[in-house]
Amino acid sequence: MTVLSVEGLRVSYAGRSGRREVVHGVGFDVTEGEVVALVGESGSGKSTTAHALIGLLPEGGRVDGGAVRLGGVDIAGWSSRRLRAVRGVSVGLVPQDPVASLDPVRPIGVQVGEILRVHGERDARVVRARVLELLERVGLDDPELRSRQYPHELSGGMRQRVLIATAIALRPRLIIADEPTSALDATVQRRILDLIDGLRREEGTSVLLVTHDLGVAADRAQRIVVLKDGRVVEEGPAADILAGPRDAYTRQLLADAPALETGFRRPPAPLFLRDASAAAAENPYAITATGLVKEFAVRGREPFRAVDDVSFRVRRGTTHALVGESGSGKTTTARLVTRFLHPDAGSIDLDGTDVAGLSRSEVRELRRRIQLVYQNPFSSLDPRQSIAQIVAEPLHNFREGRRADRAARAAELIDRVALPHDVLDRTPRELSGGQRQRVAIARALAIRPDVVVLDEAVSALDVTVQARILELLESLQQELGLTYLFISHDLAVVRRISHTVSVMRRGRVVEQGATEELFANPTHEYTRELLAAVPGRTEVAA
Amino acid sequence: MTAPVLPPEIDAVRSAARDEASGVVADPIEADAAAESGRPARRSTIARLFARGRRPSWTLVLAVAVVVIAVLWALIPWAFTGYDPIHGVPAEKLQPPSLEHWFGTDAIGRDLYARVVHGAVHSLSGALIAVTVGLAAGTIIGVVAGSVGGIVDEILMRIVDVLLSIPGLLLMLSVIILLGFGTVNAAIAVGVVSVASFARLSRSEVVRVRRSDYVEAAFGSGGTFFSVLRRHVLPNSLTAVIGLAALQFGTAILAISTLGFLGYGAPPPTPEWGLLIAEGRNYVATAWWLTTLPGLVVLVVVLSANRISQSLGRSSR
Repeated sequence: MTVLSVEGLRVSYAGRSGRREVVHGVGFDVTEGEVVALVGESGSGKSTTAHALIGLLPEGGRVDGGAVRLGGVDIAGWSSRRLRAVRGVSVGLVPQDPVASLDPVRPIGVQVGEILRVHGERDARVVRARVLELLERVGLDDPELRSRQYPHELSGGMRQRVLIATAIALRPRLIIADEPTSALDATVQRRILDLIDGLRREEGTSVLLVTHDLGVAADRAQRIVVLKDGRVVEEGPAADILAGPRDAYTRQLLADAPALETGFRRPPAPLFLRDASAAAAENPYAITATGLVKEFAVRGREPFRAVDDVSFRVRRGTTHALVGESGSGKTTTARLVTRFLHPDAGSIDLDGTDVAGLSRSEVRELRRRIQLVYQNPFSSLDPRQSIAQIVAEPLHNFREGRRADRAARAAELIDRVALPHDVLDRTPRELSGGQRQRVAIARALAIRPDVVVLDEAVSALDVTVQARILELLESLQQELGLTYLFISHDLAVVRRISHTVSVMRRGRVVEQGATEELFANPTHEYTRELLAAVPGRTEVAA
Repeated sequence: MTAPVLPPEIDAVRSAARDEASGVVADPIEADAAAESGRPARRSTIARLFARGRRPSWTLVLAVAVVVIAVLWALIPWAFTGYDPIHGVPAEKLQPPSLEHWFGTDAIGRDLYARVVHGAVHSLSGALIAVTVGLAAGTIIGVVAGSVGGIVDEILMRIVDVLLSIPGLLLMLSVIILLGFGTVNAAIAVGVVSVASFARLSRSEVVRVRRSDYVEAAFGSGGTFFSVLRRHVLPNSLTAVIGLAALQFGTAILAISTLGFLGYGAPPPTPEWGLLIAEGRNYVATAWWLTTLPGLVVLVVVLSANRISQSLGRSSR
């Protein structure tokens, strides 16, 4: 039986010059007990479609046409007031951002209970009992305690569970999950998706899963709807789409999804392996970190040891990945290597110099050889500078060349990262996320460093953009002989780019080795857990 | 460190910016979807001021017009009135507003409109001095505190706390007692009082920008303390401070008028706005125009300055 049927849905937003249609006649069905994945890049209109279904478009948004049939009743033209009887009751929404979606000043028990009160439950004891039942249902330990806690006392995964509890409170027939796990670590992501899957199985709830990750869709959905530029380009059973995509765009998405790669992709052998004299050189390692320790003082408690006796070596011209969940100390390690933080113990040997004990001016000189690329390209570029200024910044700081030389070098770098020339006099806000990250990479390369530290450099990007950036990084490494230290929580990406891997957990390295070996024979249980959490992997392995 | 409690006027600038940021489109992804494709036009700050929608808001146009007229009064008063602001015609004393004397005349027959026009230079230059003193001293303190940090920050901000804890009017009067009477000294006194707000705001902005990734990236690409401060921190943190300066301009006109009213500002017969209102006080029952009309002029100019400051604050995000 069809729970939701969408036909010819058109949505437009008010822009500066009139209305702009962003969803052009999207249609699909969701039947009972089925997970349908709405897949597409950012800007493809997938979130807009999901929100338009229950009339939750942001200001300026409007449904211009089409039908949204919920159990046979067309609710497309309904007023907000009428829709209130639908929201929560027949359709539950799991929002994208578990941090911003909970009220920080009220205990979560009250927030989950709110939906019951809004929909007419007056008996405080009944509400309380139901809230505890719901919190238990979504797998929170000790619901009694949790219901009294505030959002900031819970982890990201727990908060997402709370939001799911709210969504299922009134036993809706359909749950719309808008990128429910994008902000979460891989293992947490898997548990949350398992939870949604379990709810579907046990209660027969249908799920509309909005995601940019084809891996997640492949894992969890029975049917996949691929959106591009506000149009459905392909729709069908998940297995069919994965096995034989008909549309070129779907094929592209499949090729770009790192998790779905079949076979093992071996990065091409780096230069030094082919060059016997270089291989025989004394020190083949660009970075040798030994026994790194970093503690942070916590008021009134034992100091928190973020990095605990971490050692690794990176061969020149190769990529070493530090993998772990948030809080595992991988970013702190990266900041120790780049000397934004001072290690409490241990040594970092960078091409023969121990950088652990450098003075302030020596650290500045160190930046000529080691550069950092940040996770978020929206915050790492100065919004007031032009792209040319941003890229030439390191040259300016090190007083390299004249103004004209610097401009020429900036143009050359922009060319190298495959951006069109006319971006040079634009500002970052005029570029997309992927373009901004290319600019950040160009800036890192400006001073011709030997080592580039990439701190979750592709995590904030869509899969297709991510794939392009990874290709760029690979080719730059080939041409310039760069050494990468690649920080990531995403094993699928790591498999694609890195030669060697260190898996970190709670500040310690639990497993280390060549990427292929580690993926084939993980010895530590935590590594196995991380590997199992990579979405889409089981499908491919089977 | 205690959380800084922002003075209400800064909050006003901030909340206007927040409304602006959150009001239009709630979800950034949706906003992306709604944006026109291709490159958006680049605009200067001034151009952006008027870029709210396709046409500028009429209140903003009105506010700018009022301020322009007030500035013209100060620069070329003779172009607006033919009457002498100091020497009156005793025979025409205490006349109500008419076509001949737009604002009426005062007790010794001087044209009130002429006095308001000629008084603009005193009030506006006073406000300019006050804002300059506050902006310069406050911003320097704030930027130093925010960028150096540590013990310097603590010391400077505690001094600012002390300044904030003294009631504004009392502080102004104390400064005037120390410096002596007069328009310029009154203006300096008003400026000293606003130092604290400027310091607070600029420090908070500098601290916000300093924590951003692009400042760290600038240090990471070999920037020295001063080059990063000049190239990244200052340009990105001073927009809100400029907004506050426009707001303070209105407040300063009001404060200088207050001091003039109390007799701490310019001595009579200077046609300073506060003094005009004070002189008219004795005739409230018989000649309402002597207090009301100059009072309205002050009110309209201050409101206009606030309106402009509000849109500066909006365009800063």
